[in-house]
Amino acid sequence: MTDATLDHAPDKPGDDHLGYLSEGGHTLWSWLTTTDHKRIGILYALTITVFFFIGGVAIAIARLELVTPAQDLVSADTYDRLFSMHGIIMVWFFLVPSIPTTFGNFLLPMMIGARDLAFPKLNLFSWYLTAIGGIFVFVALLAGGTDTGWTFYVPYASNYSDSNVLPALIAIFISGFGTIATGINFITTIHTMRAPGMYWFRLPLFVWSMYAVSLAIVLAPPVLAMALTAIAAERVFGLPLFNPADGGDPLLYQHLFWFYSHPAVYIMILPAMGVVSEVIPCFARRRLFGYSFMVYALVAIAVIGFSVWGHHMFVSGQSAYANLVFSFMSFMVAVPSAIKVFNWTATLYRGQISFEAPMLYSFGFVGLFTMGGLTGLFLASIPIDIQATDTYFVIAHFHYIMVGGTVSAFFAALHFWWPKVTGRMYPEAVARFAAILMFFGFNFTFFPQFIMGWAGMPRRYGSYPPEFQIYHVLSTAGAGVLGIAYLMPLFYLTWSIFYGRRAPANPWEATGLEWQTPSPPPKHNFERMPVVDTEPYAYHRRSEAPEVETQTDQNEQMGGTP
Amino acid sequence: MNFAIFPPEASRQAHEVDLIFLALLAASVLILLGVLVTGIVFAVRYRRGSPAKRGQLPEWINREVEITWTVGTLFAFIFIFWFAGVTFLAEYKAPPNAEEIHVVGKQWMWKIEHPDGAREINELHVPMNVPIRLVMTSQDVIHSFFLPALRIKQDVVPGRYTTTSFNADRPGTYNLFCAEFCGRGHSTMGGRLIVETKANYQKWAQAQHHVMDVAGQGRALFTRMGCSGCHEQKDHTIAPDLAGLYAGYVQLTDGRVVRADDAYLRDSILQPTKDVVAGYKPIMPSFKNALSEGQLQLIIDYLKTLSGDGGTP
Repeated sequence: MTDATLDHAPDKPGDDHLGYLSEGGHTLWSWLTTTDHKRIGILYALTITVFFFIGGVAIAIARLELVTPAQDLVSADTYDRLFSMHGIIMVWFFLVPSIPTTFGNFLLPMMIGARDLAFPKLNLFSWYLTAIGGIFVFVALLAGGTDTGWTFYVPYASNYSDSNVLPALIAIFISGFGTIATGINFITTIHTMRAPGMYWFRLPLFVWSMYAVSLAIVLAPPVLAMALTAIAAERVFGLPLFNPADGGDPLLYQHLFWFYSHPAVYIMILPAMGVVSEVIPCFARRRLFGYSFMVYALVAIAVIGFSVWGHHMFVSGQSAYANLVFSFMSFMVAVPSAIKVFNWTATLYRGQISFEAPMLYSFGFVGLFTMGGLTGLFLASIPIDIQATDTYFVIAHFHYIMVGGTVSAFFAALHFWWPKVTGRMYPEAVARFAAILMFFGFNFTFFPQFIMGWAGMPRRYGSYPPEFQIYHVLSTAGAGVLGIAYLMPLFYLTWSIFYGRRAPANPWEATGLEWQTPSPPPKHNFERMPVVDTEPYAYHRRSEAPEVETQTDQNEQMGGTP
Repeated sequence: MNFAIFPPEASRQAHEVDLIFLALLAASVLILLGVLVTGIVFAVRYRRGSPAKRGQLPEWINREVEITWTVGTLFAFIFIFWFAGVTFLAEYKAPPNAEEIHVVGKQWMWKIEHPDGAREINELHVPMNVPIRLVMTSQDVIHSFFLPALRIKQDVVPGRYTTTSFNADRPGTYNLFCAEFCGRGHSTMGGRLIVETKANYQKWAQAQHHVMDVAGQGRALFTRMGCSGCHEQKDHTIAPDLAGLYAGYVQLTDGRVVRADDAYLRDSILQPTKDVVAGYKPIMPSFKNALSEGQLQLIIDYLKTLSGDGGTP
């Protein structure tokens, strides 16, 4: 992280330099048995890309169905299976693993100056668990799909649905253990494998976000695994757990499910925040504003995120006072999120801003995340939530966070680190166009859903009253634009692997240890182990930084140089 | 109206919820504009190579700025929480003199019973300016009773009673939806909320009693023609249960799913082998020459009133 040491970095662009891509073997077998965190990151990336497009196709058909008020393109039964598979695939096989298992795997060891994760074999095992889970998704799909929604509410999922609930439960159950193992791996790595001089408050925000998300992915999935096992037990063995006809309690399931699934929202968004905190300082050539506040905010979100689950249940029949407590906690978790938006904006102040594709995606993230966050305040207010919950208002809200937020950040990361991962530059102009198209396509798709949701359009309806048609037509048209914007990178990034300009070690002149090694990096990341002697994001002289970053003073007393 | 921009407000409570909504909307637009304008101004002013001043940051940008906006946000959010929470608590308790209407949800219909015994399906008639309390439960999965014009939604849960209350003050016909996914008929599990003057409501309730008289004649025919012999057996192994059949969906032997509307009931009585319910043999005789048109209609009217819990109307 020393400034102006780029010329020290070993950078030998040439046809023979393929780093980890060739070291370790060229065979499929060498990839399937690799313990290199970078190769495992690639395996994950390929896996989730497949699922992203399957989940996308499912919702594209469902959106076409919604162009007309009548149930005419597909049957009601098929429609239910389409939106359910969309949710199940996108949540567990794209969003939850998206940034941590791809960029987290690839970058985390390099960012802290390590040669690999703490447990390389466990890391490969995690991918196999995810892949086996993925096979069960295909089983569910080929058998005809699951129709319970991604939420598996009982007693519908446990006693009434005649669709393929079991394979979907198994898929999520198995892949959940992959996620837990990844979390354990990341926590151990960050604790024990930081390079000399890499103090906690010198960690890049992306590493902090991986730390915060790891806490959540170690603690939350066991609860989900338990709840899903209980559904399976009720379906298969008839154990009377949730069905009230047998003395069970369906609300118990909702508590268990949301105790996982609300933290899961933060599992999806925290890594995105980490990505954006890397990209914005780089292209603004500024230190991240309020570094320590950003760190505390990440950890606060991960911790408070565990005590807000009841806001999904304001109309479920839980007590009015429980509603008030969960409403209050939901407002509290919004505070650190707001702080982050202010800090990203303030980082731009007095910068030298340029607008490469990763920066455009990050701007898109900040705007869409702000929209998603603000509408979250609506939903945290109980009287508003009573009207808005289970309508398109909620659909729009969480897509602004998860798609507008996380997927934008995923594409920001994809473009930002593409040169590092592949050793090739992507075509800049077309990438900028895709970024802008994605932003407009997204708003075009989801903004109309806020309006129809508040007007009363319930979610999970394959047919609906005609007064909502205009919004559905707009939304479907927007989804077409969005679909094109998602397909574009698939083509130009693939093209760039073969024909793109060769990337230098540090094309963005970014700080961060991952940029001090060649692109693509050698198998063991660094030819010479790095030593860290400055704070992160040293894009300009200390004297120009606000006093907010006082924690770095302590680091300096421990032997750093300005 | 061909499209809805803002849902109609059919009660004072709906109006109060909208006040919170609009206040939040105004605050959100301000914050969003603040972030966007600041971001855009910075992005333009400090674009790479622009002549804007860089270098040392002004004195006032320090830790206090960060603390100020953190604390400011915190208090703003606590204020919104209080504002919304107070409204919620005020509406939470139903007035003691509320009329109690019973609602039962089942796949995929709403069955409603008024205090005077009038019953209806997928429609809720209420008199205006009378406090109403809905006491609800479900026969199968979780449903959710959603009246957007009143800003009311309450899950309807099997095995327990949930309640919600309102006092509608604007006559009209409004949407009624099921908001909790409940299976393949979910999108059709809705109907209308009809708010009318007290006099009109009374007239409607009277008419309902007349309907039930008609159904009573249908019931007599149902027994006399021998329908009840098979269709009211306790275990329903010979013939399907007809309770709650009307307006729902029926799975047939050949895999089709059809809606049990008037035409379906008529066909099933006159040509019983045409649409055979899954799990049953085509053993029902045709009543083509046994029933007059009028008698057929009486039986169908009777079937429409069957509540689903096996009882007579």
